[in-house]
Amino acid sequence: MSALPDRPPGTACPSAIPALSHLLGVTLLGHWRGNLGRVLLSVLGIALGVAMGLAVELIHQVAVDDFAHSARRLSGQADLVLRGDGVGFPEALYPRLVADARVAAASPGVEATLTLPGRSESLKVLGLDPFRARALNQPGQAWLGGAAAAGMDRFSLLDPDAIALTEAAAGALGLAPGDSLPARAGTGSVRLRVVAVLPGAAGRHGLMDIAGAQWLFGEPGRIHRLDLRLAPGVDRDLFARELLAGLPPGVRVEAPEAPGSRAAEASRAYRVNLGVLAGIALFTGLFLVFTTQWLSVLRRRPQFALLRTLGATRGQLRTLLLTEAGLLGLLGAGLGAALGVGLAAAGLAALGGDLGAGYFAGLAPELRVPPGTLAAYLALGVGAALVGAWLPAREAARMSPARGLRPGDAETWLRGWQRPGPGLLLLGLGAALPFAPPLAGIPVFAYAAIALLILGAAALLPWLLARLGGRLPRPAGALSGLALARLTGAPGQAALAVAAIVVSVALVTAMAVMVTSFRDSVEAWLHQVLRADVYARSGRAEGSGYLDAAAQARLAALPGVAAAEFLRHRKLHLDPARPPVDLMARPISPATAGTVLPLREVLDAPLHPGTAPAWVSEAGRDLHGWRLGERFELPLGDARAAFTVAGVWRDYGRQHGTAVIDLAHYRRLTGDAAVNDAALWVTGMPAEAVARQLRQEFGPGLEVRLPGEVRRLSLAAFDRSFAVTYALEAVAVLVGLFGVSAVFSAQSLVRRAEFGVLRHLGMTRRQVGGMIAAEAALLALAGILTGALAGLAASLVLVAVVNPQSFHWSMDLRLPAGQLALFYAALLVLAALTALASSRAAMRGEAVLAAREE
Amino acid sequence: MSAALVEARGLAKAYPGPVPRTVLRGVDLMLGAGEFVAVMGESGAGKSTLLNLLAGLDTPDAGRVAFDGRDLGGLDDDARTLLRRHEMGFVFQAFHLLPHLTAAENIILPLALNGWPAAERAARAAGMLAAVGLAERAAAYPRELSGGETQRVAVARALAHRPRLLLADEPTGNLDAANAVQVMALIARQVGEQGCAALLVTHSERAAARADRVLRLTPDGLGPA
Repeated sequence: MSALPDRPPGTACPSAIPALSHLLGVTLLGHWRGNLGRVLLSVLGIALGVAMGLAVELIHQVAVDDFAHSARRLSGQADLVLRGDGVGFPEALYPRLVADARVAAASPGVEATLTLPGRSESLKVLGLDPFRARALNQPGQAWLGGAAAAGMDRFSLLDPDAIALTEAAAGALGLAPGDSLPARAGTGSVRLRVVAVLPGAAGRHGLMDIAGAQWLFGEPGRIHRLDLRLAPGVDRDLFARELLAGLPPGVRVEAPEAPGSRAAEASRAYRVNLGVLAGIALFTGLFLVFTTQWLSVLRRRPQFALLRTLGATRGQLRTLLLTEAGLLGLLGAGLGAALGVGLAAAGLAALGGDLGAGYFAGLAPELRVPPGTLAAYLALGVGAALVGAWLPAREAARMSPARGLRPGDAETWLRGWQRPGPGLLLLGLGAALPFAPPLAGIPVFAYAAIALLILGAAALLPWLLARLGGRLPRPAGALSGLALARLTGAPGQAALAVAAIVVSVALVTAMAVMVTSFRDSVEAWLHQVLRADVYARSGRAEGSGYLDAAAQARLAALPGVAAAEFLRHRKLHLDPARPPVDLMARPISPATAGTVLPLREVLDAPLHPGTAPAWVSEAGRDLHGWRLGERFELPLGDARAAFTVAGVWRDYGRQHGTAVIDLAHYRRLTGDAAVNDAALWVTGMPAEAVARQLRQEFGPGLEVRLPGEVRRLSLAAFDRSFAVTYALEAVAVLVGLFGVSAVFSAQSLVRRAEFGVLRHLGMTRRQVGGMIAAEAALLALAGILTGALAGLAASLVLVAVVNPQSFHWSMDLRLPAGQLALFYAALLVLAALTALASSRAAMRGEAVLAAREE
Repeated sequence: MSAALVEARGLAKAYPGPVPRTVLRGVDLMLGAGEFVAVMGESGAGKSTLLNLLAGLDTPDAGRVAFDGRDLGGLDDDARTLLRRHEMGFVFQAFHLLPHLTAAENIILPLALNGWPAAERAARAAGMLAAVGLAERAAAYPRELSGGETQRVAVARALAHRPRLLLADEPTGNLDAANAVQVMALIARQVGEQGCAALLVTHSERAAARADRVLRLTPDGLGPA
C-alpha cells in the first residue's frame, strides 16, 4: 500500500471551529428554512415556559422585597421591636424600657386594620407618636415633613380623627388631603380626615397619632409595638434575650425585618407551587424540543451519515446539534424574557404582588427586573433546550454512518426505546418518592415524583405499544389494518409522536382531579361550617370593627332571632419565624364539636389535668405539633393557658394553624367580651327579613350575609385564587398541543414517500387521509390512556402529599369524569384533525411522486 | 401485435420555472396487452415523467393517454386512482416496501385495497412469495431483507392483484449485477405467466434486453432504440 501524500506546504489542518461553523451553516440554516413552522413552535414552547416562570418569579421577588422593605421602613432606625398579639400589651411597658440605660430611644405604636364600609379593601393603620417616631426616623418624620410642606399646622396631626396616607394608599382609595374616610369603629362608624399624603413612603398604609388610633380601635392604654434603638455598644441579641425573660406572655422581641421574613415564609409554599406550575410549562417546552429534535434528527439521518462519511467527527456532530438546540433555546428564552417582563407588569397591575392570593395585602409594588434573575431565566431556557436535545444529539453522534445512509431504518434506530427497564425504573422512583418527607416545608420529592411518573409513562409507551399492539387482532379493513400496523410496527416513532399528548393529558388530568377534589371538599366544608341562617361580621381579627356586649345583646334580642352564637377571632404569634396562628373562641364542648366543626380526628381519652379542650386545624397539627391528646399552651390574657388537643379539624379558611376554644373559657382567661362574628338562627320569619333588620339596626358598621351568599363568595374567591393555576396549566396544554402539531407535521414529511407509494397502489387521497386520521386517533388514544393513568397517579400525589405538605389541607379525592372525558375526546379529534391537516400539506402538489424521490 | 392496452398520442410536458423546461414533446406510444416494452434514454430525457403520465399520476400539457380505450384525461383523481388500484402494479428503484409491514403484509396490501376476501389474500400472498423464491421470508420485515430480496417482494406486491399493466421505474437501479439479473428474470417470467403488459424504464442495456421491444426517448420523441 502506498503512503498517503503529504499535505502541500503552507496548508494546515483546518481548525475545528471554522469547520463546525461551516457545518452549522450548511445543515442548520437549510433545515431551519425548510422547517420554519416547527422551529418556531419549539422556540415558542421554550418562550412560553420562560415567560411564565420569569413573570411569576419577578412578581414574587418584587412583592417579598417590597414587603420586607416596607416593614423595615416602618421601624426606621430601630434595632429591635417588641410586638404583642391582637389586643397588644399594656403601654406601661414603654416608660419601663425608656428608663433602661441600654435603650437610646423608643417609639410606641398601635397597629390594626381599619375596616372600611362599602369598600372591598381594608387599610393597615399605624398609630405613632410623631415626635418619638422622629427620633427613630420612622415614617412619622415624613409625616411631619408632609404636613409642613402642605402648610398645615403640625398639631392638627394630633387630632384623633386625623389620618395621613402613603401615596399608594391615597391612590388606591382615591383620596386627597381634605377628603374624609369613613371607617368602622366597633359596631359604629367614624369619619377620619385625610390630613396629608406622604410622598415616598412605602406600601399602602395610614398613619395616625397613637392616641387617636387607640381610641379608634377601642384599646386605650394598650400598644401593639414598641420600636427600640439601643445605646451604642449594647449587644442586640443578648439584650433581646434578657428582655424577653421579663415580658408578659404573648409579647415577643424581634428584629425589624422579621415581618418581611414571616410574609415570605407564609407565602413560600404558594410561591413554590406557582413556580412549579410555571416550571411545568418549561418542562413541556423541553419535551417539545426533545420530540422535534428527535424527528429532525430522524429525518436528517442520511445528511448526518454523509457528514460522518465525509469526515465530521462524532463530537462535531454532537456539538452541531447541541449548538442548534442552544440557538433555539436562546431565541425562545429571549422572546420569553420579553414576554415574561410584560406579563409580570400586567400581573402586578391586575392581581397584585401575590397574584390574588392575599399574602401581601397593603402593598403597591412596582416592577423591577434584576439582571441576575433575567440572566438565570435566559440560562434556564437555553438549558431546557440543551437538555431536550441532548439525547437526540448523542444518538445521532453514535449512529453508524452506514446505517444512517440506509433508507427506512429509522425504527431500528429507536429499537432501544422498546426496553421496559428505564420506564419501569422512573415509575418505581416516582412511586417511592412521595413517601419522603418535605424539604424545609416544600414537597420537593413529591413534585419530583410527579415529573418521574409522567416521564416514566412516556418512556414505557413504546414497550406497551409493541407488547399490547402485537396481541391485538389485525382488523380486516385495509385502512384500519395499516393504521394499527404502523402503530405497533413502529412503536418508537409512535411514542415520539404521542409523547406530547402523554405529558399534556397527564398534567391536565392531575390538575383537574386535584382542583375538583379541592373545590368539592371546600363546598362540602362550607356546607358543614355554615349551619346558621344569617351571619353578621363587624370586622376581622386585628380589625377596627367588633361587637361589644351591648351589641351582642341587641343582636340576640332582634325579632325572629331564635338563637345567636358569637365568635371571637384573634391572631397569636407563637413563633417569631412563622406567621401567626388563628384563635377562634366560640361556644363549643366535646359533645357539640362534631356538629360545629368538620372533625378529622377525635380524642376518646380524658384531657390532661388542668387543661381545657381545644380543637386544632390540620395546619396547627402539622406546623405546631399539636397532635391529638397532646397538651399545649397559648398566651392568653396575662398568662399562658393550657389546652389539650381534643380534635383535629379541616380548616380551609386559614392556612397557618387554627385553635378553636370555648368562648366562655376565653372570656374567663382574657376578660375580653368583644366578638367579631355572630351566627343567627331564625324562626317565624324569612332569614332575609332578619338580615334586613340587622342592616337597618346596625348600618354599614355590620356586614350581614346569608349562608348562600357566603358560599358563593367563598367559592368565587377559591376560583380567583386558582385563576393563575388555570392560566399556567393552559399554557402547559398549549405547548403540549404545539408538540402534537409539530410532531404530526414533521412525521408527514418523513413519510411523504410512504404516502406516495400508497397513492401508487391505488389509495385515494381521502383513503390516505382517513388512514392517517385513524392512525393519529389510535396514537392519541394510546397517549391519552397512558397520560390519563400517569395523571391519575400524579393527582394522588398532589392530593395526598403535595397539598397536605404545602398547605396542610387534606381533601377528599373526586374524579371529574365528565370534564376529563370531554377533554380527552376533544384531544382525540384535534390530534386526528392536526394529523390530517399536516398530511394534506405533505401530499399537496407533487407529493404523490415522492415515491420516486429516493 | 395484440390490441393496444395503453395508447398515448402527442404527449407533451414542460415544468414551469424562470426558464420552463420541456421534457416531453410529441410522444406517441402503443402498448399491447401482454407486451413487454423497455424505454431507455438519457437522464432528464423524461422517462419517469412518461411513466407518471401513463399511470395517471400526472397530467400532460398536450396529448392524451388512453387505457383500454378509456381516456385518462376524462377521469377525475378518484377514478384514475381506482384504475391504478385495479389495473396497474408498480415497481420502484427504491423498493418502497412499507417498513412496518412484513413481506407478506406488504403483498397483501393491494389485495386488501381491491377487496379480496381475507383467506384468498393470504393464499395469494403465500403463492406470490413462493413464486419469487421467498416463501420462508413471509414474516420478515423490510429491514431484515437484503436489497435483492426486498425488490423481489416489491415485484410480488406489484403483481399480486393480477394487474393488466406493470410499470417499473429503474427496478434494478439499486441492485448489484447478480440481483439485477435475478429480478429482471423474475419480472419477465411473472409478466409472461400472468399475461400482463409491462413498461420498463431503465438505463440498463442488460435489463432492457429482456423486453420484447426497446424504445429510446429523445428530445424529438419516442422511437425504436
